[in-house]
Amino acid sequence: MDKILQLLEEDATLTAEQISVMLSKEVGDIKKAINKYEKDGVILGYKTLIDWDKTDREYVSAIIEVKVMPQRDRGFDHIAEKIYNHPEVKSLYLMSSGGFDFALIIEGKTMREVAYFVAQKLAPIESITSTATHFVLRKYKDKGVIYGSCEIDERGNLLI
Amino acid sequence: MIDYGKMLSKTVCDIKPSGIRRFFDMLSEMDDVISLTVGQPDFVTPWHIREAAIESLEKGKTYYTSNAGTSELREEISKYMKRRFNLEYCGKNEIIVTVGGSEAIDVCMRAILEPGDEVILPVPSFVCYGPIAEMIGAKVVKIDTKLENSFKLTADELRSAITDKTKLLILPFPNNPTGAILTEDELKEISEVLKDTNIAVLSDEIYAELTYGRKHVSIANIEGMRERTIIASGFSKAYAMTGWRLGYLCGPEPLIKEMLKIHQYAIMCAPTASQFAAIEAMRNGDEDVEMMRNEYNRRRTFVLNGLRKIGIECFEPEGAFYIYPNIAPFGLSSDEFAERLLYEHKCAIVPGTAFGDSGEGFARISYAYSMKHLAQALERIELFVKSLKNR
Repeated sequence: MDKILQLLEEDATLTAEQISVMLSKEVGDIKKAINKYEKDGVILGYKTLIDWDKTDREYVSAIIEVKVMPQRDRGFDHIAEKIYNHPEVKSLYLMSSGGFDFALIIEGKTMREVAYFVAQKLAPIESITSTATHFVLRKYKDKGVIYGSCEIDERGNLLI
Repeated sequence: MIDYGKMLSKTVCDIKPSGIRRFFDMLSEMDDVISLTVGQPDFVTPWHIREAAIESLEKGKTYYTSNAGTSELREEISKYMKRRFNLEYCGKNEIIVTVGGSEAIDVCMRAILEPGDEVILPVPSFVCYGPIAEMIGAKVVKIDTKLENSFKLTADELRSAITDKTKLLILPFPNNPTGAILTEDELKEISEVLKDTNIAVLSDEIYAELTYGRKHVSIANIEGMRERTIIASGFSKAYAMTGWRLGYLCGPEPLIKEMLKIHQYAIMCAPTASQFAAIEAMRNGDEDVEMMRNEYNRRRTFVLNGLRKIGIECFEPEGAFYIYPNIAPFGLSSDEFAERLLYEHKCAIVPGTAFGDSGEGFARISYAYSMKHLAQALERIELFVKSLKNR
């Protein structure tokens, strides 16, 4: 049934009815499978890709490298939790880099807001020894989708 | 005053313009139409293939190649035919690189047919064969393939179409517009009819990579058929490379040698940058083809099941990217059905008659579109069908 996952990863707006038609399966079975995926935490949520640059909303994002001193017995997970509980943190990864331990992506309205978050909320977390903030200047591609372009069907309508 | 009628070739003037032009003109004047008419992939050529062409330009490879195409590309085509279809063609003298599958068809027909010769053509099929035959002065003997035979050419139909003037059989499978294919057993039966004749076969295999459920078999794979078969194929459909205009002919050396003359004088050689892209496609493009095939198959299932749910009778296509539903039960002609669907619900499909008289009662739906687009189109078709039933 991982075909359902492939389809939903591509387009979360597909309905169970549409998926059932694509896969020649019963709607009920598709609904059941999706419910199970959600219950088991395989499917964690559905979001929309938005190009905020095309709207009036102020938006800035940054990638932050974080170096930490792991705590005895608790490893990285405990520190990770302290970081990801901040709603500003959109993504958090433990890295195998030699230079730093965590990479996180944060979003805010302005650079000042992001800077405030780093200085006032992130840096003071116990065990964090240093941070390096990289502001994103432009988003070209995210989750496989190219930003800034519109899809126009320019194929010639010949009788082929 | 110049009399253009006297200036031009009568043969060319006598070729009927395609009726579908008018329909496409109407379509292009309307806004917000969901179209299912386009007969080409919606994918962009994979990046690594485009990059190979760009690199060739950067390196200044802007010359003509040899007439038959670069030896490197012909060698790759040779390997590809072996790898994918278990067919052996020598890159040196059994392969010509052409400007699309279309040129391959033209060159092949011109090399074989003379005025008065007969060419057997199963219909409905792609629109170019008839006019090319007319320009040569050859006679087209059409065989109407039938829904009850799954739009396949049968050995009996072929047998009864053959006369002592028959020079060529065109075998357009996987078929556009029906999506029909021929299996190995069916090809064997057809081969039985041909084996003691001098009839050549032009096997148009442009959709060979797009079959669903079973692998494509060429008539050249059947014993005794390779020596009379010319395969016309190309990169357009398999690799989403329609605009590159690149195809090829594979056949026995005595036939290819003569075809090369036509290609040489009419075309010189296929575009060089396209040839470099094609080398990359054949070397490293198998996964791209697989990905696109899977995607088409998903859409095929979606549209086929969707149409059936709406109550439209559909033959299950096994190849290409078209569905050819039977719309006769709605009591409208193909043209009326297509025009009303366009005007009343802003959804465009190709009336079957665009592919000849045998297409009456049918329509062609292309599923070379995104799933979202297809879903919207199905909604409109459903509304239309409901409005017809409620009358």
